[in-house]
Amino acid sequence: MINNVSKLRVTDGRVNKDIQSCAIFGVMDRSGRRFGGKMIIEAMKNMKVRGNGLGGGFAVYGIYPEYKDCYAIHVMFEKEEVKQKVDGFLNKYFDVVDDEEIPTKEDVNLDPPMFWRYFVKPQKKGKDKILSDDDYVVDKVMKINTGIDYAYVFSSGKDMGVFKGVGFPEEIAELFMLEELYKGYIWTAHSRFPTNTPGWWGGAHPFCILDWTVVHNGEISSYGTNRRFLEMYGYYCTLFTDTEVIAYAVDLLMRKQKLPIEVVAKIFAPPMWDQIDRMEEKKKKFYTTLRMVYAPLLINGPFTIIIAHHGEMIGLTDRIRLRPITAGEKGDLLFVSSEEAAIRAVCKPDKVWTPKGGEPVIGRLKKR
Amino acid sequence: MKSHLLPEFIVERDEERCDNCKVCIKQCPFDVHYYDEEREKVMSKSELCVGCQRCVVYCPRNALRIVPYKAYRPNDYWHEDYIRDIKKQAESGGIILTSCGSSRRAKVYWDHILLNASQVTNPSIDPLREPMELRTFLGRKPDYLEIEFSEDDVEIKTELYPNLMIETPILFAGMSYGAISYNAFKSLAIAAKKFGTLFNTGEGGMPKDMREEFKDCAIVQCASGRFGVDPEYFNYSAAIEIKIGQGAKPGIGGHLPGEKVTATISSTRMIPEGTDAISPAPHHDIYSIEDLSMLIYALKEVTNYEKPICVKIAAVHNVAAIASGMVRAGADIIAIDGFRGGTGATPKIMREHVGIPVELALASVDQRLREEGIRNKCSIIVGGGIRCAADVVKAIALGADAVYIGTAALIALGCTMCQRCHTGKCAWGICTQDPNLSKRLNPKVGAERAYNLLRAWSLEIKDVLGGMGINAIESLRGNRDHLRGIGLEEWELKVLGIKGAGE
Ligand code: SF4
Ligand code: SF4
Repeated sequence: MINNVSKLRVTDGRVNKDIQSCAIFGVMDRSGRRFGGKMIIEAMKNMKVRGNGLGGGFAVYGIYPEYKDCYAIHVMFEKEEVKQKVDGFLNKYFDVVDDEEIPTKEDVNLDPPMFWRYFVKPQKKGKDKILSDDDYVVDKVMKINTGIDYAYVFSSGKDMGVFKGVGFPEEIAELFMLEELYKGYIWTAHSRFPTNTPGWWGGAHPFCILDWTVVHNGEISSYGTNRRFLEMYGYYCTLFTDTEVIAYAVDLLMRKQKLPIEVVAKIFAPPMWDQIDRMEEKKKKFYTTLRMVYAPLLINGPFTIIIAHHGEMIGLTDRIRLRPITAGEKGDLLFVSSEEAAIRAVCKPDKVWTPKGGEPVIGRLKKR
Repeated sequence: MKSHLLPEFIVERDEERCDNCKVCIKQCPFDVHYYDEEREKVMSKSELCVGCQRCVVYCPRNALRIVPYKAYRPNDYWHEDYIRDIKKQAESGGIILTSCGSSRRAKVYWDHILLNASQVTNPSIDPLREPMELRTFLGRKPDYLEIEFSEDDVEIKTELYPNLMIETPILFAGMSYGAISYNAFKSLAIAAKKFGTLFNTGEGGMPKDMREEFKDCAIVQCASGRFGVDPEYFNYSAAIEIKIGQGAKPGIGGHLPGEKVTATISSTRMIPEGTDAISPAPHHDIYSIEDLSMLIYALKEVTNYEKPICVKIAAVHNVAAIASGMVRAGADIIAIDGFRGGTGATPKIMREHVGIPVELALASVDQRLREEGIRNKCSIIVGGGIRCAADVVKAIALGADAVYIGTAALIALGCTMCQRCHTGKCAWGICTQDPNLSKRLNPKVGAERAYNLLRAWSLEIKDVLGGMGINAIESLRGNRDHLRGIGLEEWELKVLGIKGAGE
């Protein structure tokens, strides 16, 4: 099941980790209806105090129906001249069906780098032929991120995209004109409060691999354990954020090992041994084995995450609930938010509730 | 030849307090104290004293003090130890025997590593209010689990390897019945069982009368002498450990003198009473890595693949490559014994000069196994000089799954580190087969002390974990971000894989 464990790169294991705290919000229409960005932008404004303007971003699903079969690669160029290199790279490994500059508003005072999007189909050659399309794309994206300086891939899934940068979320939304230009059926967003100030556009959330995105609030105390375990599976953290670690863990467990979120939630935030010991035999054995095998992927310390990919949006908080999470529902809409107030600011929910630590809130696309 | 050796300790007796009760005479196995008929009082021969402090503890009138005697003019180069050893060898012409672990002044890396705690951005967790989990599994883990789902039922399809479950990441290290007394051996077995951890039989077999009761908490050793080894021995165990080497004396075997091979030891070890029990330096069926693999699989066969196989080596220069080979040869657990590791008898030159610190060995083994993508195929236990709970925490953060404690466990039982185990006259009833001495240690009391030590260290580990914002030990494992070095050179930081304090 595990393939494409790319050649291991030796790190001497000493990294500088980014420390931060944040606001997160996610909304999904489970009927698949696509809607604009206004709701989530308003919700993020409502939680402005949770960020400090040093990072904001959005992931939107269902925005490129006309290129449904192409991987949409969003790339940031900090130096315009590296675009040539990336063009060359992508043309070598992909059939580039279309590409264009991601439209941005001129008069927003954020000093953004340049953004480009490419709609591509894999052109596998030689030994790459054994890879699945997804693994091939991951491999190439990693190559750009680690091998081409001043270029950084924001997102690489089909019919979805990530828009992020240094600024408050509403400023980022204005820059990319999210309200005017895009419609999607899942929106997730993030506002950052980093305690150090790298002010790098690539460091904002959401974090993305293929169509998997993660927004995250928290500082995990198991970072070193998680990171070093993932390295064994060929994932190298280049951003040194907790979010990156969680995103890779999600990719490994959910995409590669095909575990459903119900199980992954119990790997990230397992029940206590006290609880497990009191379970009936079969359940006890299941949880014991899960904790034994996946111990290095227990995410310890405070976190709330919203994971999304096509068809699914998931909210999860750590096992002793050290970070806030609230869920809400209105008709087909499902909300996950750092604060209840943000949900109430954008609608009159049918129901809001506080999920337990380690219990995932799961939104799935209704079968039509 | 007149001996030039000076006493190492001076016995100071407070004449006013002493009432000549003669307790000290009975307590001292080294015949330091004697009754002088003429003067009608108890006197001492300081030159015989080894500093075990037994008489000090047991003198009912607190009349005794045993103080180290530094006789020669202080010299940092021609340190007293060298002067004494030369004099000893000039008189004996032999190698110097000693015991315990290396006591030389070399950098102790544990003491150059500092731990982290949460402040502001990440809350610490209060161990008095929240559960703190130390449960640990030792053994090979699969790369992933294949899970099958059906109507509200989940089933794990992946075949699992046997694993040991322990309630604290601390195990008692291998100390054989023979090297230590039956009572000491049993004390550790009882404590391990009660706490939910494991003890290790060492290379001397497992007494028959203990097999049924302690089979689930015993790691049974298979060493080069193959003492006490038969299929029943292997099957009455939680795991099997192949002992290749020992930190106190890497590269050499062992020697239990015939006088210690009493009737019960002879039946446990399956050798004739009164014969020397000699463990050869190498296993004579292991001259290469493929031979090791054959023995590992032979032991797996004999135990129906139901028990993890551990391979123990001394920390030596190429330890990372050796460890990687061991895992590939089929070891489920690798145990690394650092140069501070103890022993019942060793040539001093081996103890003091062979092997490397376990901190460095551990860091490089853990890193190497990760680079090769095989770290989860085995567990790592480290031992050799773990002195306190902080050492345990640091070892786990460097990458160990658990630690072995030997010396610390014996100190809990009463040992005072007098380094005279090889004489067989341990005043504390630990390293001796003299029934008059070994009865000094009551296994019930010994077990209580060893149990209390496990409890105390476990509580301390929980405190430190909570401070770091971690509530399960697995999130500390290999988590070197929580360590910082102080007073270390760049190469040392690099080997340890940690940053310097303040970085
Ligand atoms: S045990 Fe104490 S009181 Fe008794 S003879 Fe020895 S020194 Fe004196
Ligand atoms: S076990 Fe006994 S002889 Fe050995 S060092 Fe400890 S007290 Fe001394």
